[in-house]
Amino acid sequence: MKSNSLETHIAGLHLNSPTMLASGIMSYSVDFFQRIAKEGVGGIVTKSIGLESRKGFENPTIVQINNGFINAMGLPNPGIASYANEIKKAKNVLNIPLIVSVYGFSIEEYETVAKKAINYGADAVELNVSCPHVKDTGLEIGQNPEKLFRAIKKVKNNVKKPVIVKLSPNVTNITEFATIAVEAGADALTATNTIHAMAIDIESTKPILSNIFGGFSGPPIKPIILRCVYELFKTVTVPIIGSGGITNWRDAIEFMLAGASAIQIGTAIALQNTKVFNDINKGIKSYLKKKRFKNVEQIVGLSQKI
Amino acid sequence: MSAYLRKYNIMRTIPILNIKTENQTTKTITFNDKLCSRAKPGQFIMLWIPRVDEIPLSIMNSQKGEVSVTVKAVGSATNSLNSMKKGQNIGVRGPFGNWFSTRSNKCLLIGGGVGIVPLYFLLKKIVGDDKQITFINGAKTENELLFMSSIKILCKNQTILSTTEDGSYGYKGIITESLTKILRQEKFDIIYACGPESMMRNVFDIAELYKIPLEASLERLMRCGIGLCGSCVIGQYRVCRDGPIFNSKQLRKIQDEFGFSRLDFNGKKIPI
Repeated sequence: MKSNSLETHIAGLHLNSPTMLASGIMSYSVDFFQRIAKEGVGGIVTKSIGLESRKGFENPTIVQINNGFINAMGLPNPGIASYANEIKKAKNVLNIPLIVSVYGFSIEEYETVAKKAINYGADAVELNVSCPHVKDTGLEIGQNPEKLFRAIKKVKNNVKKPVIVKLSPNVTNITEFATIAVEAGADALTATNTIHAMAIDIESTKPILSNIFGGFSGPPIKPIILRCVYELFKTVTVPIIGSGGITNWRDAIEFMLAGASAIQIGTAIALQNTKVFNDINKGIKSYLKKKRFKNVEQIVGLSQKI
Repeated sequence: MSAYLRKYNIMRTIPILNIKTENQTTKTITFNDKLCSRAKPGQFIMLWIPRVDEIPLSIMNSQKGEVSVTVKAVGSATNSLNSMKKGQNIGVRGPFGNWFSTRSNKCLLIGGGVGIVPLYFLLKKIVGDDKQITFINGAKTENELLFMSSIKILCKNQTILSTTEDGSYGYKGIITESLTKILRQEKFDIIYACGPESMMRNVFDIAELYKIPLEASLERLMRCGIGLCGSCVIGQYRVCRDGPIFNSKQLRKIQDEFGFSRLDFNGKKIPI
């Protein structure tokens, strides 16, 4: 029996636990990475970084709907050149994988930023081809089979570290896009980004988000994304990272049974603060013990056997 | 640490109940909101100006379901908020963040400019509690000393030390000189501070020198207000969720940044 039953592997990355920090959450600075590393996070995905710095959208950039959120931050980020310092510092102090999330306004930008991120020390890149609220990046690529293929291929040809592709749920058939991503060379898939959505204030009669549209995350989307993971596991052979409304260890187990090798946490940090990683890890551990599984990798995709 | 409650974060759209002009640039806006009226001194709200912006504001007062915020017009959002009329709709989320402790007996409150707002709220809450209070307020000039007449009434058995940079009222000079002067003579159980960050940094250094515990209310750019987006991160802390009130022990951990740098809208560290 392994000494650490939570250990898992994603495309050559070694994770001490399957709970990862999802992209977009508080990940500007190394000090914060260290804080959540202490909470037992298995890997960190940074905010999406582009070639140039971006201010993001005006507020409101987030609106609460039931116990989920619609957000349209607008990809605020300091740009890869300026973010280099944080990547380098992070690599010196962290002993868990650092995955830089990358977006671009062209296929060339994806390639340039991914290459730089790896050169500065990132252990892998996660391609954000699915941001639902910024024009000319994200969805425009993630919903276009041909562009998606070219973007991934271009990055794959130019970096020697794992390339993870974050898929959009805003497509008719996610397995088609997953197949294209894998054919283009994706080493793993993150399923999924947020769901395209909006909210209107009935008193003022105005849309609430400054960008009008945003991406819906949190517990309400969990069953939808779980279904995506289940379908993807049947379709592709590369590892899947589940991301969508996971707030407790039961949700995490569900995603792994559906086929996720690891899971990402974002929205749940607002709901339960940074201790959520530790809480989920503890819960998974006791579940494995109770059910007499040797390690977490044994339950990946188990619910496919019916 | 402050708890997150879903109902606090659901936006309520409500009409402005009352607007009071404090001086040429500053107004106090009052509205009805049950949740915010339970706020404690030091907490903040996110206020939506429909189709313009949503900004964090310190709570200035709350009583009987009514809540007030005091707004200085410094940019486009605060300018358009201050030009709104009674009856127009605003959106409110909150209250958010932690609050000042109120256990100590001999308290010194020090506020610069519009930074007086949460301290005024604190003063109102603690003044009847048999505490010994010294209230130091400071501004560039007399008409920027906010709430002066109410403070005088509240502090009739307490000490008020006012400082203006141009000497138009009280001591002439900068506010931290008044602080040093009084600390040479007296010992306090706690110092509460809010104001421009360079001022608060000086207050922190002075408090460390005199070994007096400090609680400072910090300000950063904010987007989500609930600890998700990272816009307000300082060191290992999020101002919206782990703050906005930080004690001496926490401030020591972020002393490389506190008073020196902050994140801009792009998430880039820039000098203050």
